[in-house]
Amino acid sequence: MTALFPDQGDLINAVYVVAVLAFILGLKAMSSPETARRGIAYAGAAMLVAVAVTFLSPGLSNFALIALGILVGGGIGWYWARVVQMTAMPQMVAVFNGMGGGAAAAIAAVELLSAIGNSATAALSVAGAVIGSISIAGSVIAFLKLQGWMRQKAIVIPGRQVINTAVLVVGAGFGVFAVVRGATVWLLPFFLLLLVYGVLLTLPIGGADMPVVISLFNALTGIAVALDGFALVNGPLGDAGYAMVIAGTLVGAAGSLLTLLMSKAMNRSLGNVLFGAFGATEEDGAAVQGTMKPIEADDAAVLMAYANQVVVAPGYGMAVAQAQQKVKELADLLEAKGVPVKFAIHPVAGRMPGHMNVLLAEAGIGYDKLFDRDEINPEFATTDVVLVIGANDVVNPAARRPGSPLYGMPILDVDRAKNVIVIKRGQGKGFAGIENDLFYKENCRMLYGDAQQAVGKLVTALKRSA
Amino acid sequence: MAADLWTALFIAILAAFTGYEVIGRVPVLLHTPLMSGSNFIHGIVLVGAIVALGIAQTPLEQAIGLVAVVMGAMNVTGGYVVTERILAMFDRSKRKGGPS
Repeated sequence: MTALFPDQGDLINAVYVVAVLAFILGLKAMSSPETARRGIAYAGAAMLVAVAVTFLSPGLSNFALIALGILVGGGIGWYWARVVQMTAMPQMVAVFNGMGGGAAAAIAAVELLSAIGNSATAALSVAGAVIGSISIAGSVIAFLKLQGWMRQKAIVIPGRQVINTAVLVVGAGFGVFAVVRGATVWLLPFFLLLLVYGVLLTLPIGGADMPVVISLFNALTGIAVALDGFALVNGPLGDAGYAMVIAGTLVGAAGSLLTLLMSKAMNRSLGNVLFGAFGATEEDGAAVQGTMKPIEADDAAVLMAYANQVVVAPGYGMAVAQAQQKVKELADLLEAKGVPVKFAIHPVAGRMPGHMNVLLAEAGIGYDKLFDRDEINPEFATTDVVLVIGANDVVNPAARRPGSPLYGMPILDVDRAKNVIVIKRGQGKGFAGIENDLFYKENCRMLYGDAQQAVGKLVTALKRSA
Repeated sequence: MAADLWTALFIAILAAFTGYEVIGRVPVLLHTPLMSGSNFIHGIVLVGAIVALGIAQTPLEQAIGLVAVVMGAMNVTGGYVVTERILAMFDRSKRKGGPS
């Protein structure tokens, strides 16, 4: 090495220091729209050099295996994330987060196998393994639910709190036992029970709450990585450990705060999200009055063409049907007729906060047309037409009624507009599995169909009348 | 407890506050990309996985270490591409939105 870096250790540490700084600056940049893209570039470059310099760590072997692992894992991750539809992004975050948790658990397993005699390392590894295992198992369930490969509704096992706690305690007990006895044979039931716990924890959580849960698992993975880092710091190759402690803790803290912000946006406590089995219970009493009244596309188009303004409230249905381009076309046509079009974005519309903003931005709809829930809500009372596209729970006035499972969740007050047109595939319930009072209201009309087709029909009808 | 662990603990406390402050007043719009971005950053686990596999001796340790490296690498590349794809949309909308 050169005079600047008298030995490899200095070089490695210097690179880690720069990388950690870039992570922090990158995360900072990602919290503002103007600089967000720069942020991921910083973090990406930092990751590249941090991984590269790790190969220089003294005393490493198995280089062929390491290279193979990086090529295979990196290749799969890269390809999968490239080809997947934008609508599937939430579950991709879940699955890649799960991989991080799994890696953290696997590192802890290696540490436990090779250094079980060192009590500090072993104890830290057990802690990392507990959290990492919960994170991968839970993330995989979240992925399966969001991908629709598993029933999305909350799956509730009677007495689950007791069972779950027992599984966690017994599982962690095996880990402690393995460390105290210095016997690696107890690690197998330890890991198995923790994976089971991760599954049990996630099963009773309904699909609508998944974003919050994914964010929580993201924070957990960060903490698991930090704990692994502590274990490494205590070993012969501590340099990498410090980088993991900092980056992991950073994500753990930022992710925890993000989780709280997200549950706050839904007006729920984190405990309620995790243990409330939200959406599993049917509301009793207070049956909805009235019927759903359909409307034809032509009539809906006329209604919109002569409105003082049209507010579009998009939801997951728009994302699924990839209708955002059609929606843009519709908005352009209406504006050409002199009808102002605004978009009402509920913070948790879609499957993740910001989901709708991303899709509408993709279609080329300017930020100036997107309005927050709080900005747009006072306007509904003076709006002629609200077009709800595949949104359900976030426009459900039942949220204002005490006793409803949705009670207290801030919603878009679309029911206060003069006319509400709801584009919906069928008469089914929303993600939370709760009947929507809006659809039965006097001022509401249903335009049945897939969001892309239905909006397409509106566009055709508007063009014809022009 | 070893001195190194105390040092790491001091660092962790500072890092926790840094993470908390950095996210402070983030608009809802950025929750998803930020979650995805922080998901990428804990991909640093790959560095630990490389070390774990690098010092693994028995076949069992090597097998588990390999699993760690594969998963860590997936976390890194998948996390990066997902974040980059989400943020790319923000960029394009800015250009279409006219000069700023």
